[in-house]
This record gives sequence, structure tokens and C-alpha cells, in this order.
Amino acid sequence: MMAVLDSARKADEGRVRAVTGLRDRWANLPYGWRISVLFAFIIFLYALPGLEIPLISTPDTDFTSVLFLCAVYVLVAVGLNVVIGLAGLLDLGYIGFYAVGAYTVAILGSPNSPVVIQFPWVVCVPIAIAVTMVSGVILGWPTLRLRGDYLAIVTLGFGEIIRVFALNSDITNGNRGITGVPVPSEGTWPEWMDWFPGITAGRPIFSVSNVIGFYWLALTLVFICMLGVRRLERSRVGRSWLAIREDEDAAEVMGVPTFKYKLWAFAIGAALGGLSGALFFSKQTFINAQGFDLFTSILWVAAVVIGGAGNQLGVALGAILLAYLPERFREFADYRLLIFGVALIVMTIFRPQGLLPSRRRKVELEDRAKEGAVGE
Amino acid sequence: MSERNNLLEVDNVTIRFGGVTALDGVDFSVKEGEILGLIGPNGAGKTTCFNAVTGVVKPTSGAIRFRGKTLVGQQRHKITRLGIARTFQNIRLFPEMTALENVQVGADARHKTSVVGALFRTWRVPVKPHELVEVDAKSGFGRAVQQVRRTGQRIFGLSRHTLEERAAKEKATELLKLVGIEHRAGELARSLAYGEQRRLEIARALATEPGLLCLDEPAAGFNPAEKESLLELIRKIRDTGVTVLLIEHDMRLVMGVTDRIVVLEFGKKIAEGTPAEVRENPAVIAAYLGVPTDAA
Repeated sequence: MMAVLDSARKADEGRVRAVTGLRDRWANLPYGWRISVLFAFIIFLYALPGLEIPLISTPDTDFTSVLFLCAVYVLVAVGLNVVIGLAGLLDLGYIGFYAVGAYTVAILGSPNSPVVIQFPWVVCVPIAIAVTMVSGVILGWPTLRLRGDYLAIVTLGFGEIIRVFALNSDITNGNRGITGVPVPSEGTWPEWMDWFPGITAGRPIFSVSNVIGFYWLALTLVFICMLGVRRLERSRVGRSWLAIREDEDAAEVMGVPTFKYKLWAFAIGAALGGLSGALFFSKQTFINAQGFDLFTSILWVAAVVIGGAGNQLGVALGAILLAYLPERFREFADYRLLIFGVALIVMTIFRPQGLLPSRRRKVELEDRAKEGAVGE
Repeated sequence: MSERNNLLEVDNVTIRFGGVTALDGVDFSVKEGEILGLIGPNGAGKTTCFNAVTGVVKPTSGAIRFRGKTLVGQQRHKITRLGIARTFQNIRLFPEMTALENVQVGADARHKTSVVGALFRTWRVPVKPHELVEVDAKSGFGRAVQQVRRTGQRIFGLSRHTLEERAAKEKATELLKLVGIEHRAGELARSLAYGEQRRLEIARALATEPGLLCLDEPAAGFNPAEKESLLELIRKIRDTGVTVLLIEHDMRLVMGVTDRIVVLEFGKKIAEGTPAEVRENPAVIAAYLGVPTDAA
């Protein structure tokens, strides 16, 4: 048994070294090269729905829909990463924010909601973000004094409260849900976009049957949000979050207003969750309390942890795996909880830092080599 | 020395934890620019005293004033901003952050950029020529991008975020140099050697620009050579104008570096004075060596 563990560890070490080498080589590339490659990759991502790539496309479902789901999940993961990966607050009720964002857009924008006024999507979404931010603060204000497991339990409760509320309240139409959630725009594809495979000029940009518009919108939002979070990460704010994650008391004594920054982390995480909820359900055009269950919340946390909490590319990878794998391998979709559970256990044994080693990888690798030497 | 102002005044402070009285009416003051030693046998209440000063525990009664402002009931991070920094007896760094980042967190205590400022880079300041982005990219596209940034900075100036980031980095590098671990700036705090971690804690505390630096057993676990260089460091810190409050077990170190010493035993102050006075004080000798009983 030990031999198996050891060889697995050794294999993992090789992988880390490979990734590290790649990363160093990447960092050593001239600035212009890096930007160009990044640009090409981004264009590739935008072009993905039009490319028929044999191995990765999904035979059973519409590939663009899967891509859209991936983008939404990445958005979720980026938000959850702020809360879990950076500030180190275990939030098991993240789906609550997702639901609040989605319901706000539905209630304010749909003609079939109990609220008579009907706002366009572009108005609904900022309101939804604001509402989720406020709900984040409302949840955070009393509970962020708790730590670790206690916080996890309270947030878990919050997620359930939102779901049960949505199921029973009149404003959400209870279990019947709300139809006619607004789409971002009623516009149609212009003539000059006709060349792109899957786009027909004159058809609506945002429709359930052709998701390219939604995918592009989601992808754009993902890039904007990732850039924003990256800016925060590399500032006083991000350092404060890391310090809080590492040692809250020491951070406080070093002059970090920990409560304020924890609240900010919660609010920003909530806003991103709300945005992704709003986005996803504008595509669905229908919303009810189904699907806001605890399991999804836990799967998201798992995705963040498996991908590599604290590293944006890592959590994005985790989210993509979570969204993509069950669609690609339909026959295993029923087992996804089991598979992710096993993956989580395996990861905690071999690689608690997640798939993509964060920027600390070099030292960490040396440390592991030392540990290994001691073990033998 | 008597003309110096009192920087910190601990005034009749009593702290009780349930039935235990950790500090009992302790009175002392720290004067501007001195090194004050706080000594006493284990369990005398030295660390509790530190915790009271830095706001970690709240005194049951009594007052603590720093530069005339009362500290009791203040939030901990605000006390730090008033100018009191500390290290911990059991090292408490941010293990998964680099040495440099650890110190930067301390430096951030003096900075103002928050979420909005970091996100939108607001609060522009006119830029000086030497602060412009360096254009060093060799290939065309990168060069063009950097040129654009350069022009942008020339027109719109620098954000407070950028300035503060630079200042924090500069200050952190400087402090790492002061404590002598600048060569490990990029390493994770947890991968530093024990002595380096202690030094890093001091650098991090200094980064908050304290008027008073509280060191809680900084030499614990050091060998004589390391202790010697620590003495040097403490003196150097004092010479930069920082007042030092020092808890220490090692008598030689305390006697060697402090200007005055306060001795605690069982939560009470039993002596105060210069090292020479304290050394001769019978109560101190009794506390450290025990009192011969009549029966024995």
C-alpha cells in the first residue's frame, strides 16, 4: 500500500515539475509573446462554438450550451474563490446568492411575476448584483464573527433558507416558478455576423435554441470579473484577505481591519454569485426553486478545492471539469457526486493545494522533497 | 532621562480570567526612546500585560494610555494604527505568504487603498518622470502595449494604489535588509528557518511604523551568537527612534540591552529600576531563586 502511495506521490511530483517548468518558461517569454498567446487563446475560446473539435465536443448535448454552462460555473468559481480561496471563509451556502441574483432578475423583469413593473435586463442585472451584495452583507454582518466550521454551518443554513423561501413565498410564485425571465436583449444577429457557423442573420441573438450569444456574453463577463478579482488580489485588499486566511488574529494585530475585509470578500463573492445566477436563468427563461439544492453548493466548493483554491486559473479549471465532464460522459453523469467525492478524497491525500499549483509551487515542491527524504 | 515624556502609561491595571487574577494593579510607564524590559518568572503575567496593551484582552479595571489616548476598548487594528506593534511569543506569521508579503501586510496598516481604489485605480496623482513604466519589451506588440501604458500614466497620472504598492514594497525590502533576511524575500514564511522567522516578525511589526514596539521573548530558542546579533538589532531599532518594550527570560540579554526593567511576579509589580538596581533587589532575587524558609 505504501509503495503505491509513494509511486503516486512521485508521479504527482513529476506533474508538478512539468507544470512548474511550463510556468517558468511562460514567465520568461517576452512580454509581447505572452500577450499575443493570451490573445490567441481568448479568440480561440470565443471561436469554440464554431469549431467542430472531434474529441472535446459533446455528442449528446448542444456543445454551445455546455460551453455556456462552463462559463457560468467559472463565474461562480471565481466568486467563490474570493470567499474560500482568498479570504479563507468556508461558505457552503453560496447557491443562496446565486438564487437571489436569479430571482431578482426574474421578479423584476418577467411579465409573469407578481411584481407588476417590468424592467429590461440591463436594469435588472445591476439591481440583482446590488441586492445580492446587500444580502451578502446582511448574512455576513452577524455571522462573520464566527470562524471555520461554525461559519460553514450558518452559511449552509442560509442557502437552505433561500431555497425554502423561494419554494413557499408568493413573490417567487412558489413551486410554480416564474416563466419569461428576460433575455439580455431582443436584438437579432446582424448581416455581417452571418459567416460564423451556427449564426443566422435575422435570428435573435439571445435565444434558448441558439446559445452562442449567451456564451459570448458569459465569456466576456468571465474575463471582466477575472480581471477585476486579479486586480484586487494584487493589491492591499488581496494581501489583507490572504493574511486573514493565514492567521486572523495576527492580521488584526498587524493593522488589518479584518471584519471589514471579510465583509468585502463576502459581498464581492455574493455579487459574482448573483451575476452568474442572473445570467444562467436568463438563458433558461424559467426559474423555480428546484436546482438550488445543497448538493450543487457543495459541488461548487469541491470544484474550487479540486481546481486549486486561491488560484483563479485553478478554480476555473475545476469549474470547467464540474460542468463539462457530466455532459461529455453522459453515461457517468449519475455518478458525478460519487466521482467528485472520490476526487476530493484523493486530492486531499495527494494534493491539498488543488490541481493547478498556485504561485507558491516552487518552495512547496522543495518542501515536499524534504519531507520525502525524511520519510525514507 | 526623567525629562522624557511617557509614551505608554499602564495605570493600575487589573485583569481577571474567571477566578484567576493575571494582573493585579500593575503600574508602569514606558518613556519615549527607551528600551524597557518586562521580566518575571513563568506565569507572572508578562504576556497578559502585552495582550492588554495591544488590545487582545480587555483589562477588568485600570487604564492604558498611549500618547495620552486611552487604549482600553479600542479595536486591535486601530491600536496598531495609533502606533503600537508587537511580535508573538509563539511565532505567528502568515505561513503561506512570502517574507516580503508578510512585511507588506504590516506596511499596509499605513495605507488607504481599499476595494474601490484597487479595482478602479482611482485617486490619481500627477506622475514624476522617473515613476513612469519602463519600456523594456523587445517584441513589437508588447512594446506597443507598454508605450500605451506609459502615455496613459503621463496623461492620467499614477493611482494611489500604484504608489502605495511601490511604497509598501520598498519599505518591506528595506526592513528585510534591516533585520538581515533580504535574501529570503521571495520565500514562503513557513519555509524560513526559525531564527529568520523571528526576525521576519520583527520586520513585519516595524512595517506598521510603530512608536512602540513590543517584543515578546524575541530570543526564545536562540543560541548565544544569535542572541548577540539580536541585541544588535534591538539597539539598531531603538536608534531609529522606536521605543521598545521587551519581554525576555534571558537575564543576560535583558541586562545588556534595557534602560529600565519592570519585574512582575504573580501579576504584581515587585520592582522597577535600572538593570543594576533590579539585580540587587532582594525581592527580585527571591522571586527568581526562591526564599530560604526559616525551617530549612
